[in-house]
Amino acid sequence: MSHLDHGRLPAGYTAYVNRKVYFILGLLLFTIFLLVTAISVGAVHVPVGEVVRALTGMPTEARAQVIIYNIRLPHALAALLAGSGLAAAGAAMQSILRNPLGSPFTLGLSQAGAFGAAFAVMLLDAGTMQSTQVSAVTIANPYLTTLSAFLACVLTSLIIVAIARIRGASPEVMVLSGVALGALFSAGTMFLQYFADDVQLAAMVFWTFGDVGRAGWREVGFMAAAVAAAVIYFVFNRWNYNAIDAGDETARSLGVQVERVRMAGMIIASLVTAFIVSFLGVIGFVGLICPHIVRRIIGDDHRFVLPASCLTGAVLLLASDTAARLMLAPHVLPVAVLTAFLGAPAFLYLLIQRRSR
Amino acid sequence: MLAVKDIRIGYKGGGLVLDDLEFNLGRGQLLAVLGPNGVGKTTLLRCINAMIKPWAGSVLVEDASVFHMTAAEIAKYLGYVAQRNEAGRMTAFDAVLLGRKPHLRWRVSREDLTKVSAVLHHLGLEHLALRHIDEMSGGELQKVCIARALVQEPQVLLLDEPTSSLDLKNQLDILGTIRRVAKQHGIAAVMTMHDLNLALRFADRFLFLKHGRVFACGRPDQVTAEMVQAVYDVQVDVLHHDGQVVVVPAANASTSAKRYSDRP
Repeated sequence: MSHLDHGRLPAGYTAYVNRKVYFILGLLLFTIFLLVTAISVGAVHVPVGEVVRALTGMPTEARAQVIIYNIRLPHALAALLAGSGLAAAGAAMQSILRNPLGSPFTLGLSQAGAFGAAFAVMLLDAGTMQSTQVSAVTIANPYLTTLSAFLACVLTSLIIVAIARIRGASPEVMVLSGVALGALFSAGTMFLQYFADDVQLAAMVFWTFGDVGRAGWREVGFMAAAVAAAVIYFVFNRWNYNAIDAGDETARSLGVQVERVRMAGMIIASLVTAFIVSFLGVIGFVGLICPHIVRRIIGDDHRFVLPASCLTGAVLLLASDTAARLMLAPHVLPVAVLTAFLGAPAFLYLLIQRRSR
Repeated sequence: MLAVKDIRIGYKGGGLVLDDLEFNLGRGQLLAVLGPNGVGKTTLLRCINAMIKPWAGSVLVEDASVFHMTAAEIAKYLGYVAQRNEAGRMTAFDAVLLGRKPHLRWRVSREDLTKVSAVLHHLGLEHLALRHIDEMSGGELQKVCIARALVQEPQVLLLDEPTSSLDLKNQLDILGTIRRVAKQHGIAAVMTMHDLNLALRFADRFLFLKHGRVFACGRPDQVTAEMVQAVYDVQVDVLHHDGQVVVVPAANASTSAKRYSDRP
């Protein structure tokens, strides 16, 4: 079709694309600003100048350096990474499952993680109660709990993969399997909680409160590798997700191997979520709402939705965590409470605004 | 251009859906595949597009078997417009750009953008380029989907009931567009349809399916009332009006089901 070589780009298209690019760049700048602010504020105020000097490798005051490198920077990076990973996984899952309620937790991963943690607390003796300055309860053996939660998440993913291989990788099969497994793991957790003593019960419930403060540099390193790999994979598949959004048949006719893309996307989203959940506990809402906030503003094109969702997730979790640290200092609120408090009104505003157009 | 040979398709555990199906289609020709619901029209299109692998037989495009091609290669030869098209929040331009997927590399090239613009211009859709497809009417969305299939630069265009749920003006508009594009660019088009009159007006050839087999095939002027009656089990009259073939239900039209229910 040689006539196709002579087309003229519609007026306004370049500006339309640029608006999306500027939105993403704006989000990036805001994320950097928020990162510096989050490191600066807290029980001990570290001047922004010190933070910038520390982050750029310039010499800083010893006390500030300790606060920044040992406490606040890993804390903030954990929030950035977890927010990005959960939001990217959510954006991919909503496309893969063709379901607006798709999120990293649609497949029952949060319930599986909670069960894994409860299992470790009760049966592997990982749960004893301690008092610290900032929190009433800590888990005695975090590594065992993390490992157990991670294995439970991976087990869930493998069961869904096995079911999908038997029954076909349709969104309905995946979502319903996730709901069933979620119910199963919730029942398992309740069973354990019923027989747990007070200390174990407190440790189990405490674990489900997602908290980015649990991450040290080692956890941040693991999460960085997992989130980076997942985001690269999702971005690599951006056109596949756009094609699946147009319908499975259309996607197949465009050369997309729909079942394979769906299955692989589900596995990657599950794994990255498993890393985050097992290190930090359950942080819901970010993966569900951030992609929707982004879609409402810049549309459904995954070339833009994926990077923008990552940044929105990072901003929401970092802002929530900072607020959680400051609101009732020295006590730290569970970040999951704040993500909903900050994200839900923003999302509802966008929802109403679009309706009223 | 397109050769479908001895196709036999069945579902696991079920009976045969299509059997002994064979036809050829040349450049620029339009074939209307007709028959009652459930006879296997959509299955035939999916088989041609290699979405379903037949038990036996072959589908050749330019003498190359589609069953030996990768998914991306098939997408360069065959464009497919599905019966149901989902509309996300995306401009028509980006929705059509998706059709370049089989040709895309990491970045969208200037060439890809140029081709999308050209297809939109060719189908008279330039004014819709920056409109979101989730705000479009059924007719507009269908044209965008056809544009998306055309920008794949296919040799063969497959359309599954392209005019279902459209009003008369849009039906004529869409079929006219398909015919014009097919003729101008030598694309072979296979359309499944329910409206016999539109099919016979716009297609070069018809193919009636009955019980999964080719019951009759030919030019529109070769359609007879007996053929239609045998395929659809409805009494009809075939009229010739202004050089066109028109199928109308007979004044005393009744189906066999009706006749049986009338029995005492």
